[in-house]
Amino acid sequence: MSPDLEPVIGLEVHVELATVTKLFCGCPNEFGAEPNTNVCPVCLGLPGALPVLNERAVEFALRVGAALRCDVPEQSIFARKNYFYPDMPKDFQISQYEEPICVDGVLEVDGTRIGIERAHLEEDTGKTTHVGGGGRIHEAGHALVDYNRAGVPLLEIVSRPDLRSPAQSRGYVEELRGVLSAVGASDVKMEEGSLRVDANVSLRAVGSEELGTKVEIKNMNSLRSLTRALEFEIERQRDLLATGERVVQETRHWNEEDERTHGMRSKEEAFDYRYFPEPDLVPLAPDEALRARARDAVPELPAARRARLAAAWEITDADARLLVDVAGLAEYVEAASLALETGTPRDLVNWATGDLLGYLNESALAPGALPLAPDGLAELVDLVADGTLSRNLARDVLDEALREGKRPEQIVEERELAQVSDESELADVLDQVVAEHPDEVARYRDGDDKTKKKLRGFFMGRAMQATRGQGNPQLLNRLLDERL
Amino acid sequence: MSGGTALELAASVRRGDRSAGAVVDEALEAIAARDGEVGAFLTVPGDEARQAAGRVDELIAQGDDPGPLAGVPVALKDNLCTRGIPTSCASRILHGWRPPYSATVVERLAAAGAIPVGKTNLDEFAMGSSTENSAFGPTRNPRDTTRVPGGSSGGSAAAVAAGFVSVGLGSDTGGSIRQPASLCGVVGVKPTYGAVSRFGLVAFASSLDQIGPLTTTVADAALVLDVIAGPDPADSTSLPDAPEPLVPVLDAGVADLRVGVVDELVAAEGVQPDVRDAVEAAAVALEAAGASVDRVSVPSVEHALSAYYLIAPAEASSNLARFDGVRYGLRVDGTDAAEMNARTRDAGFGTEVKRRIMLGTYALSAGYYDAYYGQAQRVRTLVIREFADAYRDHDVLLGPTSPTTAFPIGDRIDDPLAMYLSDVCTVPSNLSGHAAMSVPFGADAEGLPIGVQVLAPARGEPVMFRAAAIVEDAAP
Repeated sequence: MSPDLEPVIGLEVHVELATVTKLFCGCPNEFGAEPNTNVCPVCLGLPGALPVLNERAVEFALRVGAALRCDVPEQSIFARKNYFYPDMPKDFQISQYEEPICVDGVLEVDGTRIGIERAHLEEDTGKTTHVGGGGRIHEAGHALVDYNRAGVPLLEIVSRPDLRSPAQSRGYVEELRGVLSAVGASDVKMEEGSLRVDANVSLRAVGSEELGTKVEIKNMNSLRSLTRALEFEIERQRDLLATGERVVQETRHWNEEDERTHGMRSKEEAFDYRYFPEPDLVPLAPDEALRARARDAVPELPAARRARLAAAWEITDADARLLVDVAGLAEYVEAASLALETGTPRDLVNWATGDLLGYLNESALAPGALPLAPDGLAELVDLVADGTLSRNLARDVLDEALREGKRPEQIVEERELAQVSDESELADVLDQVVAEHPDEVARYRDGDDKTKKKLRGFFMGRAMQATRGQGNPQLLNRLLDERL
Repeated sequence: MSGGTALELAASVRRGDRSAGAVVDEALEAIAARDGEVGAFLTVPGDEARQAAGRVDELIAQGDDPGPLAGVPVALKDNLCTRGIPTSCASRILHGWRPPYSATVVERLAAAGAIPVGKTNLDEFAMGSSTENSAFGPTRNPRDTTRVPGGSSGGSAAAVAAGFVSVGLGSDTGGSIRQPASLCGVVGVKPTYGAVSRFGLVAFASSLDQIGPLTTTVADAALVLDVIAGPDPADSTSLPDAPEPLVPVLDAGVADLRVGVVDELVAAEGVQPDVRDAVEAAAVALEAAGASVDRVSVPSVEHALSAYYLIAPAEASSNLARFDGVRYGLRVDGTDAAEMNARTRDAGFGTEVKRRIMLGTYALSAGYYDAYYGQAQRVRTLVIREFADAYRDHDVLLGPTSPTTAFPIGDRIDDPLAMYLSDVCTVPSNLSGHAAMSVPFGADAEGLPIGVQVLAPARGEPVMFRAAAIVEDAAP
């Protein structure tokens, strides 16, 4: 194995745009409908039907372009990519080839600028299910085609070969996913196929500017399989080169089961797509109003939001990332922070990334759909900060607030949970505890540190028992010291 | 002729002199009696036609406006989609297919009160110039049934020439309306690209295809075009502005028009002397009516045919890919999808269609694209530029429509290049996207009709129709 080879990786990310209708017709763009119900003459490619471009898809593409700091040429054109496949109704795909809508952008991933070569609009294909023979194509008895997905708008975002490791590639996809979600262009669900990633991988000597022979990897359905497939493929190529063999330029499929990439037969590889300008569509020339609307719709992007929150709230980068990565969580916490009185945003973030996030994961709710409004969380944080609730009691209160949809103050009131911080009341309690246990007091006074610690816990436990767990622990500790 | 021109028929139906039902019955009877020898129609949906006529008569009975084409029977080329009625493109590959929707032009005709009485024969997928390339047999020229009617809209041209209907619709990709109009002695119009919606026209070559009327008179063509033209949100290439109505300008004369006779069209390969004479005579007639007439040169038209026979097949190779046996039409089973696909296409397409798919696939292939498709597009740009120059000091241009009059059935069917030459005078207007029409102008020594072609720039239909009206009046 040669130690001075480095991987060179470029990613093609296909993202389904969150339009209401398909790219070239009025059929609903929705996941999970009954097969072949969201179809019409246009997306079925019936003879004589013609495409009409969905302006909303253009606007989403422009938003992504703005967020990735792309150039948007005065006009772009659609092209036909010709090849026969049963799930492609026209046996050509309307895509963009020589003149895409967005070019030359950049995405910063953990401080490294990754170039964006282009982003172009295209239509999705239908879905083929091979029936019989255990799902393997060549053993299947027949195939069923669902055209609901045919014509769904896709934006293909092509990075430059600027990525250098599987981890960085994963980071790129995560960052890109955050951007796509933030601008509202897509729901970015990899598991529903609304975000799909293909990778181009090659190796070259460290320091070299030349690119080695690349292999394209397809069929990676999760971030984990992206990482695993890249790791496998890099090692495969490293082994080939170490033994003096050549890397063959080809497309390889990631197999989730054996965790390997597999080459396709070269016969299927010999595609000539015969691209030519789509004569049924006119050049796409977004006017200034549309461009401005798209630019204005780009909100603060994840990287900027993370930096801002980390600095303003003095929280760790990891917490900032967690807040921003969970859709809607940063918005929720920012809203809560505005309602804080005695608590700090940092306290708030601890609650949000701890118990609240746990409940979000358990309930599969979005933060915006929680029964507890953001100012309710702020109320809870304030109750801890001003000493009304201990952290332990506060956890119970938050749990009840989330499940029952009650305000924390209401729960505290109903359950009479307010922490006892009245010094004279606590002093009376401790006086009684001390009076009832003269032996323990004597042992404490003569004991070593270990004995003292143990007995101190005993006295505090009695005091808490007497206050039904609501005694202010800091105050009790001080008063106990005075008595021992 | 079943009762005269579309204008006359619509007027008599609107006045209540005749019922739409009676007019349509007469057309259906004429077709039943005489189409056996012509072969213009592939499908005659008589019940639907009678029902549509009944609705027009109801409107009239209620005192509602039945539309400008009230009760006028029309023939539709069978590459225009008609809801629930077979639409075959004269191909076996569309066997059994009934579109779930109608073409925009069909909807507009119906809204104007016209009654579709049948779907007409064509060269398969509109590829041909004689209507011999039909999977269902040739159409014969009503003027001489040993001869072809031209093509590819030969069925619609023959239906009008035979007097079965006064209005036919065709599609024109390289001359497929004008050339059969010329050979059958009727008027045929290829409108400006984008003037008429292509939605529901089964595409041959999308950047060249236009739907247009075939009629017995220039005025009828204007009437029909006024009904079918106009923006359509379902066709991205349809022009966004409403066109100027043509019927009101028909009688405006040509006193202020500058007419150019195109040297290269008149001198094109294979133009018969009597066809050339007809063009010159039409020019004289226009001059006599007050137009200024001179000669004009558009050198690139000599390369137009070659460019056309790369661009049109290239687009066709892609447009016809969808006929794969998966969703509709013919399916010939195979061991896998690819084999089923190949067998279906082999059995479903005729020789000429296969030839053009091969040509077009080749022209777009990696390594050949620039030399063929790319070069053809550069010629197309040149044609557009030279016509723009010609129209700088001319309002309309003049040339032959077809180099020859109707040729005998079988004469050119085994010689594709000779067949392709039929389009030499008509393809330039498709490449440029301009308007052009054929107007009958006398006959040759054998009595076969001759057509003169009037050409106009994009959106030049008003001046084109004014000139055509004069040519029509002057025709021998």
